[in-house]
Parts: sequence; structure tokens; C-alpha cells
Amino acid sequence: MAIKVNKFKCGYCGACVGVCPTGALELVETWIEVDENCTSCGICARICPMGAIEVSR
Amino acid sequence: MKDQYDVVVIGAGPGGSIAAKTAAKKGLSVLMIEKRQEIGDPVRCAEGVSKVWLRKHIEPDHRWICADVKGSRIFSPDGTMIEMAEEISGGEVGYVLERKLFDRALAYESAKAGADVVVKTRATGLITENGFVRGVKLMHLGEEKEVRSKLVIGADGIESKVGRWAGIDTSLKPADIETCAQFLMSGTGIDQDYCYFYLGNEMAPSGYIWVFPKGEGLANVGIGILGSKSGKKHAIDYLKEFVEQKFPDADILEIDVGAVPVSGSIERTIANGLMLVGDAARQSDPITGGGIINAMEAGRIAGEVAFEAISRNDMSTAMLETYEKRWRQTLGMEIDNSLIVKDVFIGFTDKEINSLAHSLENVNFSSMSLIDLLYALFRANKKLLWDLRVLFKNVVKHETGL
Ligand code: SF4
Ligand code: SF4
Repeated sequence: MAIKVNKFKCGYCGACVGVCPTGALELVETWIEVDENCTSCGICARICPMGAIEVSR
Repeated sequence: MKDQYDVVVIGAGPGGSIAAKTAAKKGLSVLMIEKRQEIGDPVRCAEGVSKVWLRKHIEPDHRWICADVKGSRIFSPDGTMIEMAEEISGGEVGYVLERKLFDRALAYESAKAGADVVVKTRATGLITENGFVRGVKLMHLGEEKEVRSKLVIGADGIESKVGRWAGIDTSLKPADIETCAQFLMSGTGIDQDYCYFYLGNEMAPSGYIWVFPKGEGLANVGIGILGSKSGKKHAIDYLKEFVEQKFPDADILEIDVGAVPVSGSIERTIANGLMLVGDAARQSDPITGGGIINAMEAGRIAGEVAFEAISRNDMSTAMLETYEKRWRQTLGMEIDNSLIVKDVFIGFTDKEINSLAHSLENVNFSSMSLIDLLYALFRANKKLLWDLRVLFKNVVKHETGL
């Protein structure tokens, strides 16, 4: 997994899920799960309203 | 929850609930699932709706109306104010809702109409056979389950995964969303009769800050910025800055975050056995970000088309095309117009926004609509707003010298 979601910051809004080009994210009730389709493109981290996502390459 | 329904609706927001209610009222068996354990909670920003439009779907109830708004006040970056009375503020002004209770009231309406409503239940995939969607794979309280249906209505909001499972590319680019954060605040001291909008690229890059009254001294203070302008600083950071400066003594009682599609209509909102409604279909208004009424309109159309399709036993895209056509001819047209306006406005510098505001300083707006406001702006700023001329084709024909 190449991205890290800070669950203490996340407001579980689903914005990151809507922009992920590969469909790698899933909002499960109150947390985000990432699957192997993540390409570390960083789009989710950029748009997250809370700044809760970090991408490491 | 049974194993088989005529229609499964995924997502219990306003669009899903109206779709479920409409279909159930026509006598179809309907299941509506919601993955959150509480319908309407957490709220995903902005809670304003137009009175006239709301009435078409549900009788207003004081239990979920926090404030009744007379007008809006728009501030340009240099503080110039444009005031508009309620009839002319466009889609977003009228009532400020308590979404938690509103969404639940709508879900209750669909339950009363006969739909089965289940919460804490997440769709994990679609059942597909011979190119047709035939039901939904679910996770209900930790247990996997399959529910078969003749049609599926995807009302899963900004995430819009249902559409993707059916092969519709609903993914949004950063420039196609407004990323939003909102505080419910006490002690802002605002006049509760108005909604306030603050424009300025420093404050809210390609977006705006809103302050909506929520009754009894409370207010929603929120921000939306264009996704492509987010990154180093995020929506929450801009909002904190504004609040620290504007309402240093106010308290934050709630934080809401979310995103609104401002992409304009996507290419397809149907597949064999499937329709998408609301934010999932990217049907929100690109200027106001308003999605509640549009979702309800689309939900109603989808519910009606579901009934027609099932009556004829034809779930193909050829049949569901009726849904596509009907929403595009109505709300689709407005979304397209708003997109033109959005594309013009997001490019403006603060200086340009100021000069637009100044051009309206002596105009009286008590009897104008949003389109009239735009037209007044256009007439005073033809060069700057030349791209908007398509909106006024019919009006402009009667003008000389254009
Ligand atoms: S966009 Fe940010 S706040 Fe929203 S669900 Fe994703 S990680 Fe959480
Ligand atoms: S980094 Fe890119 S691919 Fe990975 S989850 Fe985020 S948006 Fe999706």
C-alpha cells in the first residue's frame, strides 16, 4: 500500500473515492480502505478536504 | 430484507429516497440500502434548498428546517456587497435544512410507501449476467449476501462506485470537484435572515466561503475550493484561517467535510439494468454546488422509468434511455448552463471579481432571478463575460448593437 490515511483526521466524506482514477479506494462506513490498484498518483491526497492522506512513492 | 426485489436502490440520500418512494408507490417491491448506520449522518456539507422546488417533493416540516432565509449577500474580495432578495437568489436560498433529520424524513417517506430500508449495509459489487445488472452483492453487519433485482438504482453520492462496477467511468478529475469543509458554529453573531457568500482567490481559490444561518444563533460556515487548487493547503486550512479572522470568538460544534462534483453532466448515466441518480450521476449544479433538489428530481424520474421498464419487462439501455432523455432535457439543461457560467467565473482574478461587483453597485435586485443577475452583469461587462452570451441568446436578439 502506497498511501496512508490518517484515520484521526479523516472525516469519511468519500471525496477521495470519487477522484481515484483506478477505483482503488473504498469508504467502509467510517474508514477508508486501499487496494492493490493504487498507483500512488497522489490525486486523493491532493483533494482531501482534511489533508488526511499521505502518499509515499 | 428479502432475496429478491424489483428494484434495489443503493444509497439513502435525497435522490435514493425519492427514487425508492416513487417506485414503491407505483407498486414495485423496493429495497433501499445505506452503508452508514445513521441515515443523513455525517452530513456532507451545505444544507440550503429552494422553497419552491422543495415543495414539489415533500411538505416542509419545521422539525428539519433550521432557518427561513430572506436573501443572500455576496461579498467580492474588496468587500463590495451585492444583496439579492429571496426570489432571485437562484436554487440555493430558501430554507436551511437540518440534513440529518431531512434525509431521515425522506427515507421514512419511502418506507411508508412500502420500500424496505436497511442501514449499515454496504454494496460491494453488482451481480451481472449476459451484460445486464441483475442484483447487488452486499455486506450486512459483517455478513456477505446477494440480493437479486430487475433493476438497480445507484445513488451512492460522490463516491459513485456503482456506476464504475457497471462500466460507466464516473471518476472525477481534481478540476471537476469542489472540495469542501464546514463548521457548525455558535456565536458568529450573523443576521439570521441572510445567507452570505465571500469570494476571493486568496480566501477560497476558485470557490467561495458561505455562512448560512442555522437558527438560534447558530451558523454553518463552510468553504468549497476547486480540487485542482487544493494540495499544499486543504479546504479545512482555508476555512480555519477565515474563521480565526472573522469569528475569533465563535465555537465549533461540528465539522463536516465533503466534495461536490462540478464537472457538468457525464456522458452516460445508464447501463443495462442500471440507472444512476444525484451526485453519483454528477447531477449537482456546477455553480451553487446544490445537489439536493437535482437528486430528488432525478430520483423521481428514475422511479417512474423503473416502473415503465419493469411493466414492459425491458431493462435494456434502449428502454432506460427514457430516463437519460428526461433528466437531460430538464435539469441537464440547467447544469449545462451553470457549467458555462462556472467555467467563466473560475478564471477570474480578484481584481476582475471586484470590478464585476462594482458594476452592480447601483442596481436594485429585489425583483430579479439569478439569470437576470447574470444578464445585468453581462450587459455591464460584455467584454469580460462574452462567453456567457450563449445563455442570453433569446434576450440578446432583441437588443441592438450586440
Ligand atoms: S477525502 Fe479525506 S476526509 Fe474524505 S474520506 Fe477521503 S481521506 Fe477521509
Ligand atoms: S494515490 Fe491515486 S491511485 Fe492511489 S488511491 Fe489515491 S487516487 Fe487512487
